[in-house]
Amino acid sequence: MSERTKTTQSLGNPNLIRKAPENFLSQETIAEINQHGADETRRGFLRKSFMAALGGVGAAGSGLALANPQGDPAILEKQIWQTTLGKNVATEPYGTPSIYEKNLIRRESPGLTRVSAASVAFTPLQGLFGIITPNGLHFERHHQGWYNIDPNKHRLMINGLVKNEKVFTMNDLLRLPSVSRIHFIECGANTGLEWGNVAVPTVQYTHGMLSCCEFTGVPLSTLLDICGADLKKGKYILAEGGDGSGMTRTISMEMALDDVIVAWGMNGEMLRPENGFPLRLVVPGVQGVSWVKWLRRIEVGDMKYATKDEAIHYIDLMPDGLHRQYTSIQECKSVITTPSGGQQLFDKGYYNVSGLAWSGRGKIKRVDVSFDGGNNWRTARLETPILTKALTRFNIDWVWDGSPTIMQSRAIDDTGYVQPTIRQLRAVRGTRSIYHNNAIQSWKVDTNGEVSNVQVG
Amino acid sequence: MKPIFASALVATVIFSSGAAHAQTAQATPAVSKPKPYMNMGRNATPAEVAAWDIDVRPDFKGLPPGSGSVSKGQGIWEQKCASCHGTFGESNEVFTPIAGGTTKDDVKTGRVASLTSEKQPQRTTIMKVATISTLWDYVYRAMPWNAPRTLTVDETYALVAFMLNLSEVVPDDFVLSNKNIAQVQGMMPNRNGMTQKHGLWTVKGTPDVKNTACMSNCAQHVAIGSVLPDYARNAHNNLAEQNREYGPYRGVDTTKPPLSALPAAGMMMVSTASAAAPKAAGPADLFKKENCSACHAPAAKLVGPSIADIANKYKGVANAQAILEKKVKAGGAGVWGAIPMPAQPQLSDADNKTLVQWMLNGGK
Repeated sequence: MSERTKTTQSLGNPNLIRKAPENFLSQETIAEINQHGADETRRGFLRKSFMAALGGVGAAGSGLALANPQGDPAILEKQIWQTTLGKNVATEPYGTPSIYEKNLIRRESPGLTRVSAASVAFTPLQGLFGIITPNGLHFERHHQGWYNIDPNKHRLMINGLVKNEKVFTMNDLLRLPSVSRIHFIECGANTGLEWGNVAVPTVQYTHGMLSCCEFTGVPLSTLLDICGADLKKGKYILAEGGDGSGMTRTISMEMALDDVIVAWGMNGEMLRPENGFPLRLVVPGVQGVSWVKWLRRIEVGDMKYATKDEAIHYIDLMPDGLHRQYTSIQECKSVITTPSGGQQLFDKGYYNVSGLAWSGRGKIKRVDVSFDGGNNWRTARLETPILTKALTRFNIDWVWDGSPTIMQSRAIDDTGYVQPTIRQLRAVRGTRSIYHNNAIQSWKVDTNGEVSNVQVG
Repeated sequence: MKPIFASALVATVIFSSGAAHAQTAQATPAVSKPKPYMNMGRNATPAEVAAWDIDVRPDFKGLPPGSGSVSKGQGIWEQKCASCHGTFGESNEVFTPIAGGTTKDDVKTGRVASLTSEKQPQRTTIMKVATISTLWDYVYRAMPWNAPRTLTVDETYALVAFMLNLSEVVPDDFVLSNKNIAQVQGMMPNRNGMTQKHGLWTVKGTPDVKNTACMSNCAQHVAIGSVLPDYARNAHNNLAEQNREYGPYRGVDTTKPPLSALPAAGMMMVSTASAAAPKAAGPADLFKKENCSACHAPAAKLVGPSIADIANKYKGVANAQAILEKKVKAGGAGVWGAIPMPAQPQLSDADNKTLVQWMLNGGK
């Protein structure tokens, strides 16, 4: 109760200058005032709109004492959406998010790369719910820019150690028996900026090279079967992209026959161009670079190919100067997304703390959360569905008493592997590795309510 | 239609035995039914396979015959590669450097000594690459960056020879060819620098780091080892504008110093983000959207000249606007070096005009 009283007093303080809330005037009103000036009627209207907008946000949100003793203007006054005709169906034929959601977009990290055609745009994990990433927010990483490839001109060739080297059109592929499965995709370099120290402020930049979608396509095993792949000699496949970089990656035949999909669908629609339209490989559990976009060729071979991205990049430098080559599996990892770095809490009290957990080796079995920097842990609630090689959402109750807090989450997968601390990872792999940083993430909540990225130890 | 018909015939011949089995399968369930989609797709022609099957493996399978000298490589490099990678492969402007950080001793041992040192500022391509096939394959398939697959086989040999010469692996008068490439592989500075002994290649691999699921009194002492420095507060721009503007978790207004105390819920009515209306898409957005920024930067030279340099060059030139509009639309080469400016036929006349005006104003 004392908190509430204090708040009410600060609201009534005439010296406190409050900023106008956003969008409290409609574009039409602004145009009208610009054209005709603000006469007494319009001034009155301005005052009323301003108070309505102010009261609407504050009072409705937290049950505070109201500026207007009669009640909340958001309830007492008729709103424009209650008293006028709304927009027609199909005004937005494909639909876009509300204008009030404009802040949650893919973003580049300033200064990370010099050229945007070979760069990364991160998914805003801090504002997402559940486990599915909306297609427009799926992270992007290109090596030589993206194109809208004409699906009528797109071909998939399968060659090498096969009985029949074949060509498939999109017409062919869409006729084949398809599967739809939900899987996460994570860039091997996700969180890689933080091997040495804290480098970026928010979960969008620390963990945002991560997305999870329902992918639809034909199992690669079906295509290899149709072509009569030599499964005795053919121990590997080479997947090759149709873009300028001709992105190539080696994948083991064991995986190729297991759960790899030649996919065209993403969350019920065709792939977005930024994510490989019209065809990409889905390699569950494996770092994103192997999920070759604009997939044009699969070659069956008897040795690993040592292509550029598996011989020069995506190799992990160990403290003894050796590079680990063909590191691919994304090991068990988790992160708290709300609250997370760069966010601001306004008050003490109850919060639902939520985050994501995943493992390239299987299903998430448990997630523990610590509110004291890893000293004591409580087990979080796992939300369904809990799928193999997919994101799993977790939630846990937290009542914040206003004191400084360090939050962490620690995931365990069904192989029994426990997500490590950054200290444990560094002890084995040093600090110059770049890829496969699956360390426990720490967020510090300060007494002023500001949440920031910190590393413990 | 014709190829599809042909492939159906081929498939029928191949799987006719399977089809025969299928008929008997009803009587003998032990024989599996042929899958109805087994005739999908058509056979690739040899020319089609040759056109796409361009990969080169570490055992040199796929490597076409040909050759190129260091000196020829140097000439091509200066024309087509130096603008991104520097005259000596040392540039860190666009991508990480190609050459540097290796020694003649590394050529003997096959291990790059500087990789064990924390002092080496940057890992160059030659420091890392263990297989010469990788260089050949990537240069041929994907270079130059803005015009991939435009190099000939011999040019590729020459460029690889030049890169290895920069790294003191081969002498100035060296000619690299499909015949001697295996010998050069034996001189790659980091040829013994890779290990595949780790648990991250297969799902069943053994992890190298182990944590335990301790639940209470796990850490004797919790200490913060690293935080973002104060000067980086707004380095990713205003975080208030990167979060939802309602709900319990808002973004921090990083244009301002941290609050001195918890604001309490009453302040939640104050939108933390700026109330400005969304900006209209200006020439700068257009510049990015139309992919001009892939090759041009405001002040620094990338693949192409900087906006500042363009503005400077055309200062006082009569008809500069018209000349440049034509150039942007049709493309061209020779004014700023050998790398051509590709044509931009997709650009509307209005957007072209806006962009050129903006460029001539130095990007303002």
